[in-house]
Amino acid sequence: MTTYIGTATSRADGYAKVTGAAKYAGEFDATALAHASVVASTIAKGRIARIDANEALSVRGVISVLTHQNRPRMASDDSAYKDDVAPKGSPFRPLYDDQIWFSGQPVALVVAEEAEIARFAASLVRVDYNQQAHVTHLYRQRETAFALESPTDPSQNPFAPPRPRGAAEPALAAAEMRHSGEYYVPIQHHNPMELYASTVIFESGGKLKIYDKTQGVQNVQRYVCSVLGMESDDVRVLSPYVGGAFGSGLRPQYEVVLAALAARALKRSVRLVLTRRQMYGLGYRPAMIQQIELGANASGTLDAITHEAITVTSQYEDFHRQETGWSGLLYKCANARYAHKLARLDLPTSCDMRAPSAATAVYALECAMDELAVALKLDPIELRLRCYSDRDQHSDRPYSSKSLRDCYRQGAEAFGWDQRNSEPRSMRDGAELVGWGMATGIWEALQVPITVRIVLTANGHAEVSCATSDIGTGTYTIMAQVAADMLGLPIENITIQLGDSTLPQSPVEGGSWIAASVSNGIATTSKAVREELLRLAQQMPNSPLAHATPAEVMLADGKLVSKRDGSRAVSIAEAMQHGGVERINQERSTTFEHAGPHAHNTHSAIFAEVKVDEQIGVIRVTRVVSAVAAGRILNTKTASSQIMGGVVWGIGMALHEETLIDHKFGRIMNANIAEYHVPVNADVQDVKVIFVDEPDDAINPLGIKGLGEIGIVGVASAIANAVYHATGKRVRDLPITVDKLQR
Amino acid sequence: MNRFSYVRVASVAEAVREIASAPPARFIAGGTNLVDLMKYNVERPERVIDITRLPLTAIEETGEGGLRIGALVTNTEAAYDPRIESRYPLLSSAILAGASPQLRNAASVGGNLLQRTRCYYFYDVATLCNKREPGSGCPAIDGINRIHAILGASPHCIATHPSDMCVALAALEAVVRVTGPQGERNIPFQDFHRLPGGMPEIDTNLARDEIITYIDLPSKGFAQNYTYLKLRDRLSYAFALVSVAAALEMDGEQIKEARLALGGVAHKPWRDIAAEALLRGREPSAKNFAAVASKVLADAKGYGSNDFKIDLARRAIVRALSQAAARTPQSQTDKRIT
Ligand SMILES: Cc1cc2nc3c(=O)[nH]c(=O)nc-3n(C[C@H](O)[C@H](O)[C@H](O)COP(=O)(O)OP(=O)(O)OC[C@H]3O[C@@H](n4cnc5c(N)ncnc54)[C@H](O)[C@@H]3O)c2cc1C
Ligand code: SF4
Repeated sequence: MTTYIGTATSRADGYAKVTGAAKYAGEFDATALAHASVVASTIAKGRIARIDANEALSVRGVISVLTHQNRPRMASDDSAYKDDVAPKGSPFRPLYDDQIWFSGQPVALVVAEEAEIARFAASLVRVDYNQQAHVTHLYRQRETAFALESPTDPSQNPFAPPRPRGAAEPALAAAEMRHSGEYYVPIQHHNPMELYASTVIFESGGKLKIYDKTQGVQNVQRYVCSVLGMESDDVRVLSPYVGGAFGSGLRPQYEVVLAALAARALKRSVRLVLTRRQMYGLGYRPAMIQQIELGANASGTLDAITHEAITVTSQYEDFHRQETGWSGLLYKCANARYAHKLARLDLPTSCDMRAPSAATAVYALECAMDELAVALKLDPIELRLRCYSDRDQHSDRPYSSKSLRDCYRQGAEAFGWDQRNSEPRSMRDGAELVGWGMATGIWEALQVPITVRIVLTANGHAEVSCATSDIGTGTYTIMAQVAADMLGLPIENITIQLGDSTLPQSPVEGGSWIAASVSNGIATTSKAVREELLRLAQQMPNSPLAHATPAEVMLADGKLVSKRDGSRAVSIAEAMQHGGVERINQERSTTFEHAGPHAHNTHSAIFAEVKVDEQIGVIRVTRVVSAVAAGRILNTKTASSQIMGGVVWGIGMALHEETLIDHKFGRIMNANIAEYHVPVNADVQDVKVIFVDEPDDAINPLGIKGLGEIGIVGVASAIANAVYHATGKRVRDLPITVDKLQR
Repeated sequence: MNRFSYVRVASVAEAVREIASAPPARFIAGGTNLVDLMKYNVERPERVIDITRLPLTAIEETGEGGLRIGALVTNTEAAYDPRIESRYPLLSSAILAGASPQLRNAASVGGNLLQRTRCYYFYDVATLCNKREPGSGCPAIDGINRIHAILGASPHCIATHPSDMCVALAALEAVVRVTGPQGERNIPFQDFHRLPGGMPEIDTNLARDEIITYIDLPSKGFAQNYTYLKLRDRLSYAFALVSVAAALEMDGEQIKEARLALGGVAHKPWRDIAAEALLRGREPSAKNFAAVASKVLADAKGYGSNDFKIDLARRAIVRALSQAAARTPQSQTDKRIT
């Protein structure tokens, strides 16, 4: 029954992408398309005193300059700006009033006949400000950061720190071995390849058809409707391809509002493409100061964990995730206490970025565990095995599956971990010190309510649709694989429709939840299709399936077949012909009960080898093995690519990535990908991905957990631990650059 | 990017006429730096003079045992020219340490000399910068200065010259040939780039109305004992934090002549002739190399985030001289430091 699931099926959209046939939001055309360019604030805090657009308006080809003073009407209450995934607070409103919240905020929009004219004219708009004192330095706001309370009912704020268990402080005091450390991760930006863009097509009657770069077309559609006061039928949002977003496209970004405002003001189609620098005025991974304290007994089991975090948010919203909770989840420990504070800076609101909270929090935890292992003179894997937890200790439930032990074992074997000399600085290769480090990764296996429609035609073709997105992860491909298997059709006969707000409901694509959710949705809807086919087949005279129950039949090779007796079969074409139907159209919604009897997570074990030139301190990551337990793997090719991408990003997080802010100007200074460093080919050498078997029939019938985020979690710590093993030097603030090794 | 007029010139004489007569104008060669700066509104030429069709695209023998490289030879062509590879491998190596293959394919040798600093403030017109707007101030001095100068800086500017190729050219004592309204002149490489002093807006001693036509390499290429060691924040495609071009002429066990130039540390490729002289007649030893490093860095000064560069430069000088002496030049493809 599973011809395609679990194989290395190549991307359905691969050809379109490499040939340029795949169109992105900024590439759609329209008649009389006008082009817009953003004027961004140069100060971080204050008010706009005056905007002089005369010079810009005098440029031939300029159509209009929109500001907060002359824009079309926008909603005036916060609730209109609350998108599906908005945090607590008062969302940012682009071009709303004279208030400046962050440097890089859009303050005017120039619309012109050509993109180059718009961009030139934007440089001529003069903005005067009444500047106020700003703060962009996390350490300067450390004292004024405010604590997040843990509500008694966690559903009130699922991202608040978990409630403590046991009594961490006394347990720490009594512990035979303690380790405490402060770890720092700077602000990082997503830097997807595709620039943020919106092409708003102004249709008759003022309807808007919007091509937007987003991870959630329906989220954007609802948002645009409420912000601009438009009817649901009058706004359609499409996003057929997304050139990476990594969380930055979960919330509607300002380009869509500005382009739609301009289209409505001018009654013309408008395209807005942000510049790379302007994309640094969207969200970012919050910087994080973390203090972790571990108490253990000499035999290497944990008595107590405390994890305190301070993360960054804006002046107007409280973005955070449950950063600290990972520590009390990953390892068995009776006493745990968490604290999380938010520091307000004059920056945009921080947001989700690849494995939000886990990438940063588990980095600190896994470095702390390494330090504890050194103190206990235990192999780092051994320490983790002694602390292995078979239950989710927050909700006190068993896992539906957890093959982390296999990750440690298979990863260690593939890496050759048993050859490791645990003594720091003990391994070398010529002038280079060699370091081997490892870490654990963990992420959630979430599922979300989703609706899938399948239209099956008598010629054995099926169209499967859902308003989800393919953010480059391979959603088109895995949807086709699952549908082909569930419907018993060749994959060429499956057409996938997604990225269109008029399609059946889907939440934003994030959290690694779409693969499991949409696959389950396809399986459920396929079942309805199968039942309908069976109903038709049973109406045939002398039907070979006359007495079969729905559970007794399956779809294979274009036929409905009895599972008991393969000779009893009716082809799809026959059944539909006899029933006199040309198409079967079924739509089903699925939900998922996260409060069920099991907890669901994915895990990984990462092993890294670094070579560090002893004299100079240049670090090379020469090998990484990532062994992942993530339920059933739908597509080994796209899944490996996801994990490999996560490893590459983890290398960047460990060694390169850092958003540099000048605190005098309150401005990001390396807002381009020449100076914001991400790994290049030379930085990525041998990366091996292993998927360990993890059967799980409790999570969903197909056993799918989803993956993506898990690829990055733990990687930076494995590298940091390897650097320590190579050099004997602990660098606790990322990125680990050559100067920090010299300190 | 502002509006500008565009002209393509066919001869050096025409190019000079255009640049001398036009309102604020710039030559464009590969465009890999100029166009970026125009997009950021840092450069706002009213006229752009396209010199890519000038007959300056050859690499020829000088007749004195050296090579003459046309200003429009691409970085790639220069790096892979068999004569440069065999006679001036230091130059080839330095070019390949810079940028990316795509950029090197587009970038010209002349443009490489005149590329501007990568100082973040210089690139961002929302901030202040003496180099961009004379007299406005230098926020890098107490701002983000991790990539800034430790040698030869002034209270007005602590920017560095970002080129790799120029570091090798400095060590090789290349000569820059230029043409202006008064005719041709030669500028020794050491005098081509300037220190910032009180006028950081001026990067070089090339006059506003002059064009670079050729780079002359003298006959001595140090093809046996050389290295270009570049240290940066990732293993490729990043500007140097510190780079060292080292070249030695050996006489048996003794150093007959040493050349040493540093990149990423000053407003110009930093060559210290007095320090080089310390090696003359000496043996290549760690101790002697350390003495050279101490001399080069005697007046080095950090500004906070870039303090580490002083020690890094010290180690890099010692290592590079060792690589040159051992004839194990730094590979630009295998990133392990030899
Ligand atoms: C992302 C990135 C990374 C880079 N990394 C590196 C690196 O690691 N190392 C490194 O060395 N370089 C690096 N570079 C810089 C690159 O080497 C330079 O941009 C390039 O050499 C400039 O040459 P060009 O021909 O494109 O110059 P252009 O951009 O065309 O011109 C640059 C300047 O030179 C002037 N000019 C050009 N030719 C002449 C001439 N014949 N006479 C007089 N004036 C002239 C122009 O008017 C202009 O002012 C990088 C560049 C980028 C964009
Ligand atoms: S270092 Fe020079 S280029 Fe940088 S801000 Fe100061 S004056 Fe400008």
